[in-house]
Amino acid sequence: MNTLKYQSQAVAKPYFIFALILFVGQILFGLVMGLQYVVGDFLAGAIPFNVARMVHTNLLIVWLLFGFMGAAYYMVPEESETELYSPKLAIILFWIFAAAGVATILGYLLVPYSTLAHYTLNELWPTMGREFLEQPTITKIGIVVVCLGFLFNLGMTILKGRKTAINMVLMTGLIGLAVFFLFAFYNPTNLALDKYFWWFVVHLWVEGVWELIMGAILAYVLIKVTGVDREVIEKWLYVIIAMALISGILGTGHHFYWLTTPEYWQWVGSIFSAIEPLPFFAMVLYAFNMVNRRRREHPNKAATLWALGTSVMAFLGAGVWGFLHTLAPVNYYTHGSQITAAHGHMAFYGAYAMIVMTIISYAMPKLRGIGEANCNRAQVREMWGFWLMTVAMVFITLFLTGAGVLQVWLQRLPESGEALGFMVTQDKLAIFYWLREIAGVFFLGGLLCYISSFWVKEKAAS
Amino acid sequence: MSERFTKGMARNIYYGGSVFFFLIFLALTFHTTKVMPERDHRENITEAVANGKELWEENNCIGCHSLIGEGAYFAPELGNVYIRRGGEAGFKAFFNGWMKAQPLNIPGRRQMPNFHLSDKEIDDLAEFLKWTSELDTNDWPPNIEG
Repeated sequence: MNTLKYQSQAVAKPYFIFALILFVGQILFGLVMGLQYVVGDFLAGAIPFNVARMVHTNLLIVWLLFGFMGAAYYMVPEESETELYSPKLAIILFWIFAAAGVATILGYLLVPYSTLAHYTLNELWPTMGREFLEQPTITKIGIVVVCLGFLFNLGMTILKGRKTAINMVLMTGLIGLAVFFLFAFYNPTNLALDKYFWWFVVHLWVEGVWELIMGAILAYVLIKVTGVDREVIEKWLYVIIAMALISGILGTGHHFYWLTTPEYWQWVGSIFSAIEPLPFFAMVLYAFNMVNRRRREHPNKAATLWALGTSVMAFLGAGVWGFLHTLAPVNYYTHGSQITAAHGHMAFYGAYAMIVMTIISYAMPKLRGIGEANCNRAQVREMWGFWLMTVAMVFITLFLTGAGVLQVWLQRLPESGEALGFMVTQDKLAIFYWLREIAGVFFLGGLLCYISSFWVKEKAAS
Repeated sequence: MSERFTKGMARNIYYGGSVFFFLIFLALTFHTTKVMPERDHRENITEAVANGKELWEENNCIGCHSLIGEGAYFAPELGNVYIRRGGEAGFKAFFNGWMKAQPLNIPGRRQMPNFHLSDKEIDDLAEFLKWTSELDTNDWPPNIEG
């Protein structure tokens, strides 16, 4: 059965499938790292912690990018009311990106990082070895090429079709993503400058333009599942992302407190990042309001659950846990502690992993020719996956927060001489790390449960 | 209110607000880069420091350690390790011995790999960590433990 409005939307399917495969890989490496936190020499020879972490974070970034791209290829033709400019280009770029991604991950795993750096001629234009930007320069160039082709394809589609607010917001988000990534190629010898502009990629992605992408996807799914008037949904989309950028751009200042930068960043960063939770709170109100005012009962209950869930978890992870340590006087003690890790986990899961699963949940039944929604049994299984992963992530965050508070108490608050050293402190946090690892196993269970839902079929009527 | 507050107005706030605050951000960035030389002592970046940074990157040190609070939280902060481990008097000797003793192979303890660096490379890395410890970081970290 063909259930797609525009046939070219079908290119989204491999993007979504590949995203979920990488997601499983990300979690497996997360569990390895979690265990290394307490059993330090676990696989230390085969997968040193730095390699596991690089794989864990890079897989996250890449699977989210695959998810965003799939989302855009699915949404833009329907929003523009025209077929995608070039489905063939979308498929070619899929294979290039997938091959480059797999080759890079294998490079991390199979040879020492310094060897990979030499193989890929890092010395000609050193960009490697910086957190999240560990990819060889050649991979970074590949990412830029894929992004340009992707933006060209979408741009040409939108140009010949309808220009909705969702399209425009999505496009500004994606163009911003590509533009700010260019700072990954700027790596001055001066570490202070290096770090300052490194944040132009990292912060302006996750607390800037990615929020536009998230907002656009959420608005799209809300229109579809609630049937609420587009004018209303798009108006509030603008309000939310306006708040996100107005607070988030100068909110970058919360990374410039301790970086050879002037003290005024402590004020600018504190004030504007204190506003950063607001757009996320607005997103919660927005999602619940629209669902309450729904004009239709959409059969895809799972997609609605993801849409509501992502707003709540993004607010908690990015909003509340971000605010916890964002004010300069607090950050002075918490910067670079397990508090940061706690915030990072819930924020990425709540805002970005969940928004990608929201669009996958909505689009996959149509992409697979099933119809508006999966059968009830499959949806129930999917919702089990939702709850297991989400509750597990809440616990991961709480345990890491416990570890972080104790770490700050033992290692940061006392004066020099009385403070415990890093490694001694880590030993005292072991119970939290064990509990985090157990919660992580539950998360993997939830993920497998979620993935298995794609194979669940209605029982044959007997 | 919702009738008077239209989608067009919301859109203008979005575009106008973002551009306005982005310009302020750029202006502050411009000012910051103007005054940073006084705080980062870039005049002390020698060839050894530059080479040390490249070694730091090519061995993915940030994958376990943090540097001025950014990086991984698996191993100690190294922005002030120069001061913590002996400073002018003792750091280089300590550091050379430390790098060569890896992996420590203590059962159950977190393990640092051996990166097989030459004495010259270890010295360059030490120079990079020394220079980093001299950055004016507004008094961060709160104590010597990092």
